[in-house]
Amino acid sequence: MRRFLLSRAVILTSTVLLLAGTVFASGTVEGVGEAVAASSGGGHAWWFWPVVLFFVTFVMGIIAVLGGVGGGVLFVPIVSGFFPFHLDFVRGAGLLVALAGALAAGPGLLRSGLASLRLAIPVGLIASTCAIFGAMIGLALPTNVVQLCLGCTILGICLLMLTAKKSTVPDVPEADKLSSILKIYGVYREESTGETINWKIHRTPLGLLLFIGIGIMAGMFGLGAGWANVPVLNLLMGAPLKISVATSKFLLSITDTSAAWIYLNQGCVIPMMVAPSLVGIMLGSFVGVRVLKVVKPTFIRWMVIGILAFAGIKALLKGLGIG
Amino acid sequence: MYNSFQGDNFMNTDQNIGPTAEQVLYANILNKGMLIGLGLLLVTFAIYISGILPPYVPVEKLSDYWQLNVHDYLEQLGIPCGWGWLHLLGYGDYLDFIGIAVLAGVSIVCYISIIPAFLKAGDTIYVVLVVLEVIVLVAAATGLIAGGHH
Repeated sequence: MRRFLLSRAVILTSTVLLLAGTVFASGTVEGVGEAVAASSGGGHAWWFWPVVLFFVTFVMGIIAVLGGVGGGVLFVPIVSGFFPFHLDFVRGAGLLVALAGALAAGPGLLRSGLASLRLAIPVGLIASTCAIFGAMIGLALPTNVVQLCLGCTILGICLLMLTAKKSTVPDVPEADKLSSILKIYGVYREESTGETINWKIHRTPLGLLLFIGIGIMAGMFGLGAGWANVPVLNLLMGAPLKISVATSKFLLSITDTSAAWIYLNQGCVIPMMVAPSLVGIMLGSFVGVRVLKVVKPTFIRWMVIGILAFAGIKALLKGLGIG
Repeated sequence: MYNSFQGDNFMNTDQNIGPTAEQVLYANILNKGMLIGLGLLLVTFAIYISGILPPYVPVEKLSDYWQLNVHDYLEQLGIPCGWGWLHLLGYGDYLDFIGIAVLAGVSIVCYISIIPAFLKAGDTIYVVLVVLEVIVLVAAATGLIAGGHH
């Protein structure tokens, strides 16, 4: 009971802090108006925004774990919408945030056998190649166009989160020819039931085709692409949910690596943004994992959708020159 | 303990539960690289904010520049693109790029390390796929493929 109350308190505090942080950031930027736009420190000490960024990303880390989304998908719309940083640097930092999360989770997921290297290699090749082109497109387009597209994408992600179903172990009557040639199949033990599950995939060519779009969007917006990876791997290609989630998380370490290099080589990385964000989101994730063990917060999912919708609309308005 | 995909001999049986040998190798290198990269990032960031090394962009001026698009940011501060940051390693802020580069580069090392395992297993398709991935990542890392500015 005590742990339950404690976890509820953490969730509630996280929500309040995130909302307060974003509203505060938004209010400061808009309130100070043109003066802020001209000297975006807004009269604050140099450490002000990095410290706010640290706290907001810490809360993001908690909520991302509880809501089952990657940090990158929360980071880019929220930070670009409510902080004074240019979208170019937000996308660069967003990619590094998503990359660091994937790198931290990758070894454990690979060793447990839940992430499948054989599934990730062909998919990763397509996604990472396309992420490079996505990054190039994103850096070449005018900022307002990218911001507009980002808003639409974030609202699309909300819709996907609202409507997409999940299948624990999808029915795959027969593996398709391509996945058989690539020997993409495996076995894992479902710890909750003790059942041994043999899995295989189908519709591989269509799945690979969709990863072209996923890669482009990941590179263009600096988002992690877990929100798109999992439905394609699970619902379309028929990989079990646990394999899909784990492989998707690991896959981000490949997709985001290629795009991160483009942003890094183009100078879109400011250490004063990257380091607090990485530390904040990783510490938040550790706390989130502990809270997750105690409570099953289905309402957090609704909260994440709400926050994303809010940030998506803000991005859309910024893109239109209204926000 | 670990499986390996040996040509066509792979079968889905209980004996195959668990990661393949190349998967474990990849995981071990990824883990070390991630820890090294993250450690370097934290140490160099501490050096940066403690002022042990002077920053290239003074911290109190930084907020005047992070609102600019990357083209104007680089132009106004005279920052070089690509691997030009290597020449600025004497500055606290650019020292941080070492950790970032390690984090962004560890997957390339992982991929290269599993090529012998696939070669040994006679898994030609995966050798080709892994080599192609290495080429893609190295091309992105070296700046052979570069994006345009607004």
